[in-house]
Amino acid sequence: MVKLRVNGEDRSFDGDPAMPLLWYLRDELALVGTKFGCGVAACGACTVHVNGDAARACATAMGDLDGQQVVTIEGLSNDGGHPVQKAWRSQNVAQCGYCQAGQIMQAAALLKQTPNPTDEEIDAGMQGNICRCGTYQRIRAAIKAAARGAV
Amino acid sequence: MARISIEQPSRRLLLQGVAAGGLLLALRLPAAAVEAAPEAKYGADAMPHGVVRDPHVFVSIAPDGIVTILCHRAEMGQGVRTGLPMIIAEELDADWAKVRVRQAPGDEPRYGNQDTDGSRSTRHFLQPMRECGAAARMLLEDAAAARWGVKREEVAARNHEVVHAPTGRTLGYGALAADAAKLRPPALEAIRLKDPASFRYIGKGELGLVDNFDITTGRAVYGQDTILPGMLFAVVARPPVFGASLAAVDDGAALKVPGVVKVVRIEGTPAPAKFQPLGGVAVVARNTWAAMQGREALKLRWNDSPHAGYDSEAYRAALTETSRKPARRLRDEGDATDALAKAAKRVAADYYTPHLAHAQMEPPAATARIRDGACEVWTSAQSPYSVRGEVAARLKLPIEKVTVTCELLGGGFGRKSKCDYAVEAALLSQAMDGQPVKVVWTREDDIQHDYFHTVAADHLEAGLDAEGRASAWLHRSVFPSIGSIFAPDPKHGMAFEVGMGLQDTPFAVPNLRIENGEAEAHTRIGWFRSVLNVPHVFAMQSFAAELAHAAGRDQKDYLLELIGPPRQIPLPQGTEPTQYWNYNEDPRKYPVDTGRLRRVVELAAEKADWGRSLPPRHGLGIAAHRSFVTYVATVVEVAVDDQGRVSVPRVDVAVDCGFFVNPDRIRSQMEGACVMGMSLAMKSAITFKGGQVQQSNYTDYEVCRIDDAPREVRVHIVPAGIEVPPGGVGEPGLPPFAPALCNAIFAAVGKRIRELPIAEQLKA
Ligand code: FES
Ligand code: FES
Repeated sequence: MVKLRVNGEDRSFDGDPAMPLLWYLRDELALVGTKFGCGVAACGACTVHVNGDAARACATAMGDLDGQQVVTIEGLSNDGGHPVQKAWRSQNVAQCGYCQAGQIMQAAALLKQTPNPTDEEIDAGMQGNICRCGTYQRIRAAIKAAARGAV
Repeated sequence: MARISIEQPSRRLLLQGVAAGGLLLALRLPAAAVEAAPEAKYGADAMPHGVVRDPHVFVSIAPDGIVTILCHRAEMGQGVRTGLPMIIAEELDADWAKVRVRQAPGDEPRYGNQDTDGSRSTRHFLQPMRECGAAARMLLEDAAAARWGVKREEVAARNHEVVHAPTGRTLGYGALAADAAKLRPPALEAIRLKDPASFRYIGKGELGLVDNFDITTGRAVYGQDTILPGMLFAVVARPPVFGASLAAVDDGAALKVPGVVKVVRIEGTPAPAKFQPLGGVAVVARNTWAAMQGREALKLRWNDSPHAGYDSEAYRAALTETSRKPARRLRDEGDATDALAKAAKRVAADYYTPHLAHAQMEPPAATARIRDGACEVWTSAQSPYSVRGEVAARLKLPIEKVTVTCELLGGGFGRKSKCDYAVEAALLSQAMDGQPVKVVWTREDDIQHDYFHTVAADHLEAGLDAEGRASAWLHRSVFPSIGSIFAPDPKHGMAFEVGMGLQDTPFAVPNLRIENGEAEAHTRIGWFRSVLNVPHVFAMQSFAAELAHAAGRDQKDYLLELIGPPRQIPLPQGTEPTQYWNYNEDPRKYPVDTGRLRRVVELAAEKADWGRSLPPRHGLGIAAHRSFVTYVATVVEVAVDDQGRVSVPRVDVAVDCGFFVNPDRIRSQMEGACVMGMSLAMKSAITFKGGQVQQSNYTDYEVCRIDDAPREVRVHIVPAGIEVPPGGVGEPGLPPFAPALCNAIFAAVGKRIRELPIAEQLKA
């Protein structure tokens, strides 16, 4: 039995310990804000926070989550008011939006560690998150806006 | 031979049908039927179900004044859910803060055409949506005048209320809604549109995206996200080689996987299968993970396929060989053969572009439930009405018994015009006695079983006179046709394929010949953003720069000289196959206008400060093209380091899309097109060996990431009044990017790229 917290709520899981967190969130908890993009930790669409650090839910086995804290896009703020979320709206970053939950979770983790990232630090921090619509320029601008507190 | 079996709509309708996903029978139309076709229809009128402008269909107003506007076109990132409702809100004089947008279900008889591809939504619906909003405003004014018992001319709508000018009385839209709902909309001729000078939303680009909040909080729902009570989850093992059928399946181990409920065989449809599934074996389970594990445990044997020999290397050699031999002529002006023979200098080059996968971020997914003889589908689809048609045909239900709820698309790019995944979901719900089943495509499924962007070989030859001016131009393109998914392989390009950057070559060269050679399709070919413009413009615009180099001239100046003086190019209006398609728009309304093409070249060059001094190993390249009746020129600055690594510090894009609605989304589409252009220029390729796709995920089918995307894309929009009809925006930004990049690379390091992707070509 795996006991974990998801967005502040206690949960327990006794299924296949090899099941990735992604499918537990999406299929069992109906937390579908965390997206499926590749399943092999290559795109970042499924990015969540585990104990405050960005993690790929598709490559995180349920068996490894006992006692851990998971936060998904639904739990990043209760009113969409996280500075990164606000910056994303002010820059109209999204196109299709499918990658953006992952981008936002990754950016929030980056800014927590590096409150004023340089372009190179943004590249390094966000390199694992693909946006096929090609919103990178606005993602960079939004991260800088959030870092400046200009939202 | 079976010819027309259903009806004989006009040729244009049929041509449209290809892009629109309609039945493709035009290929077999006898010549006489073509000649006898009724007067051509264009634009929205030529689309199935045309346009609807009834305000009662699109607009509803609650007593509290909240205006709900339906968006009937699919949102896939192009911003249509903001743009079309903005047009209605503008003419309605609504307060945008009180506007909500809802997505219409798939129902073309009610909403008009919903087939969201071909960069058509604003082009076809700007006018009807203006008329719809204006009619709604007039109904509110009528209701207010009646309520007050005053003359119609004394009242006017103003920002969500109607004002009685003589007395200053006002009534809010909410208070008038119930009365207005009972009124008949005005006749089309009676509709009074706003003066565009008074627009406050259209053309401004100041409104946030309607889905911003939901997207940034994880509430936005896509086709992968459907949740229904009692829902099951499925993944499908599809034939590894196109055309292979299942020989045998051993599902013993799969059924033992905890959570697996059933293994179901899906019959494939013999080619041409249009949008019907490839067939295979589905594993239905209690969650996606169990279904995936079950699929791993299947033991499958497949029959041989006639396409088992498909090998990209051998195919490329054959395509290239064909491209060097005379072929079907699509345009023939002057005498290119003679002019080439007499030229002071001859230049020839071969270009090659591979298959591509769309690789939109959201892999295909659909959920279906069958109850009381009716099938409900929830999915992300570019053409929800064709989902209904395909599902109905497969389940043998009348189309009225199939409904489609349209979720957001996590990217489309043409992939989600083809609804094979929705048909799979319907078949699986049927196999599960109507229980809801969600079919999830994994990324591997998506990359391996796409409707691939075609592969193309383009051969160009030119003759230059003593002054370096082009006296002859020959462009021959060879590629397997999208027509092969709709009908027996036509082996030549369809009108809409050769009409994209081949037949419409905009150059003022006296001896010009355009040809299209024969090629066979060995996989599912489908349209991908910008379609055939991608290979054709890569070749045409690279070759233009090669000629500039051969003539010792500046690329930009030479390009302008090739384009020649401002004029409208008369393109063939004869019969198939040589008739020019013109994106199915009226050539009188949307001519090929070299003046507009020149203007974007000049604007991009000016904004990019063409000729500016650059650091060593940096270079500027330019390319321009009209596609989807919009003109785009792109200037790329590239840097190639001494290891051959390529980066793009800056891009300037000039776009003339006629009258425009939301400049913020024009910018975002151009920005995105440059990133996609960078991906296909630098990295992406689908290759086949033994009939199988050799790539499977973003690990080996690579696309740009933040660190290798163009750093800054500056977008310059040509202003235009309402009298300039709108052009497309979603696609036209893509074609010029790759040739502009390759021309820049040549300027930076003197290496000419003739094959995409660049991959390791610049590495020492
Ligand atoms: S789905 Fe997890 S990284 Fe792509
Ligand atoms: S916004 Fe569409 S994939 Fe990023």
